[in-house]
Amino acid sequence: MLSRPLFRFVRDDQRINFMRGRHMGLIVSAVLSIASIILFFQPGLKLGLDFRGGIIVEAQTPGPADFSKLRAALDHAGIHPDAVQAFGSPRDVRISINAPEGADREAQTQKLVDGVKSAISAAEPGTQVLRADAVGASVSSELFRDGLLALGFSLAMILIYIWVRFEREFAISAVVTLVLDLTKTVGFLAITRFEFDLVMVAALLTILGYSTNDKVVVYDRIRENLRKYRTMPLRELLDLSINETLNRTLGTSMTVFLAALPLALFGGSTLTGFATVMLFGIVVGTSSSIFIAAPLLLLMGEKRLRKETEAG
Amino acid sequence: MMYYSRLRLLGVAGICLIGVLLCLPNFLSAPAPSLPWRQIHLGLDLRGGSYLLLQLDLKSLEHDRLQSLQDQARQTLLNKSLGYRDFVRDDASASLSFAPRSDAERDAAFRAMQSLPPAVPDEFAASEKDGRIVLTLQHDAMLARAREAVAQSIEIVRRRIDATGAIDPSIAREGDDRIVVELPGVSDPERIKNLLGTTARLTFRLLAPNPSVASPGSTMLEDESVHAQIAVQDHVDVDGTDLTNAGAVIDQQSGGWAVTFQLNSAGATAFANVTRANVGKRFAIVLDNKVIEAPNIISPITAGSGQITGGFDARSASDLALLLRAGALPAPLSVVEQRTIGPSLGAASIHAGIISLLTGLLLVIAFMVLFYGRFGLYADIALFANLILMVAILSLFQATLTLPGMAGMLLTLGMAVDANILINERIREEVKRGRGPLQALQAGFDRATGTIVDSNATAFLAHVMLFVFGTGPVRNFALTITIGIVTTLFTTLLLSRLLVVRWYALARPKELPV
Repeated sequence: MLSRPLFRFVRDDQRINFMRGRHMGLIVSAVLSIASIILFFQPGLKLGLDFRGGIIVEAQTPGPADFSKLRAALDHAGIHPDAVQAFGSPRDVRISINAPEGADREAQTQKLVDGVKSAISAAEPGTQVLRADAVGASVSSELFRDGLLALGFSLAMILIYIWVRFEREFAISAVVTLVLDLTKTVGFLAITRFEFDLVMVAALLTILGYSTNDKVVVYDRIRENLRKYRTMPLRELLDLSINETLNRTLGTSMTVFLAALPLALFGGSTLTGFATVMLFGIVVGTSSSIFIAAPLLLLMGEKRLRKETEAG
Repeated sequence: MMYYSRLRLLGVAGICLIGVLLCLPNFLSAPAPSLPWRQIHLGLDLRGGSYLLLQLDLKSLEHDRLQSLQDQARQTLLNKSLGYRDFVRDDASASLSFAPRSDAERDAAFRAMQSLPPAVPDEFAASEKDGRIVLTLQHDAMLARAREAVAQSIEIVRRRIDATGAIDPSIAREGDDRIVVELPGVSDPERIKNLLGTTARLTFRLLAPNPSVASPGSTMLEDESVHAQIAVQDHVDVDGTDLTNAGAVIDQQSGGWAVTFQLNSAGATAFANVTRANVGKRFAIVLDNKVIEAPNIISPITAGSGQITGGFDARSASDLALLLRAGALPAPLSVVEQRTIGPSLGAASIHAGIISLLTGLLLVIAFMVLFYGRFGLYADIALFANLILMVAILSLFQATLTLPGMAGMLLTLGMAVDANILINERIREEVKRGRGPLQALQAGFDRATGTIVDSNATAFLAHVMLFVFGTGPVRNFALTITIGIVTTLFTTLLLSRLLVVRWYALARPKELPV
């Protein structure tokens, strides 16, 4: 069993003509990204507590939860929740309230969370509070700003790194591809209604890191082949490079996929959304290395890359 | 490089061994004496507990400083016999302004304002506008002042929390004007929130001559004992900084709860002087702009101790005593973010994290053996070493592990074998090109190294950004991935390569298992 690998994804001499489908790839990608941008505005992302501010209390009642009783108890305490929902088992209740408006909203937010806790404990004695979060409006807007800054700076650093290590065409087509990947992931978030919070920003950044990694490996091979085959047309050369790295591309995406899969299945409420988005991002990031990043390079660099290597 | 020197061999083995040793404290219960005992801390999301983010009220700090600056300015003008009109304090623009009595005195008044002693360097700027002299507090100086106040507040917050008996709290500054409090095991932080939300500035002041209307130099305050407004003089006769001790007791006369206090000698003297001069009048005991009670002064109080009876119960009396002993906050703190995880959810999260980690690890291990044979097995050994080293580094820094942190570890392991895959594919290509085993190994390792460094560097950059801008659990996720990238470079470029090289040296195969 150890003497040689049992499985391979594709034969080593496999030569798939990826570049033939480049226009199709770019069009499909553009359509999906535009659709995602539309979804981003309508219906929009479901902001998580981190970015929206407000209160979430999750509690487990001793018996099956009696929602009307809990609603009545909250109403009696003068609290008007935006949602009282079941999640997980029939004993689990999630109560969420949007951030109050007005001058004293920070203090109000903090008072509300204690009010909710005492109201439900009084209505259902023996209720266990699983989680009680209250995020003030000023904090949530800062968290949102920091999340966007992290994304923006990461993209900028990646652009600079690839520019320095490779060439301008590589850097620009990588960042354009990454932006296309990100928009699709945002569209996926809008469709699946997973809450967009700091953990999701972490997922987006991890996808960004993974996707860049994937592109760097393909680019690395393209650069090597540009030096090796000085007369080969760029289009053929890109196909060759993608095919040569195909087993690696599929292998790595498989291991990352396998690592993220249990998180999506068993990770609990915090990680399910994160890991599902990761899985989506891995598929998008892997396919964009082949169908988007390389064709973009072909479009941008058809003359320049070839000429330069001939000259140098 | 197909030859590993003995030194390099020992180095790689040594680092792995140190890694194992550093991991051990996490799995043993009792610390061994004389050994450095460093463990990973479980984050609140795994352990259960409360996280509070407190915000210092910068506006109140500015307001207090404007008030004292106004007193200083008036006093200085008075001392120099300079007249002024229409002295206003504007909290919104954090400034004071007045009109000099005459143009002749303008320059002298301006110079007097410039020479006022600042509490911190460049605290305020004096300027002239529309014939008025304006003193404006400078934002940077106020931030510096806020940082000082946060440092003082952290001490007081720590004393207050310690007095509640909370175990292993962590209290740290965040940014210029915030404090993060983490309370493991505290699933109901309401009492602590109330304690921290009280400034606890205690003052003793006389009532205004006519306590039912506000007159210049006095302010209407809420009297909590009778639920009415009462006019209290602004001048503070004795304040809480002179307290040396406070305690909750049962009042001998009424049988209710009361708080006793002792003053230091300066406070005791001041208290004696005021009470001696005002026998028969009423004085107010004011806590954070609310009157707790306003008793008559029956006789001079010279012993420097007294008792506050304000309709307390056992809890509120002991809380007030606790607050008075711990000292007043320099400015109000308010809770702007609270996150509480109950103990059962924490336990469920640990379970979920460990199940995911093990399942993910098994899947990746199986994949590598099935798709890469013997070299895949070596990659799996390196993967274990990688996990051990990540845990070792986190233990060494006594870092916190959260659920997203565990996800970070798992994703690192999924990404880590990428380096092995790159090397293997490369070796395979070299074999296909007809190179002998040794040359193929050599070329495979050498050519893949550049690619591995490039691809890890970009992921590293992305997560450093996340670490810089993230907070809480997300930061922890970024930290584990960043550490993971470093350990990955070690385990793949040195360890798994070493395993392959040793195997080759011992087995001398004719054909590589790729």
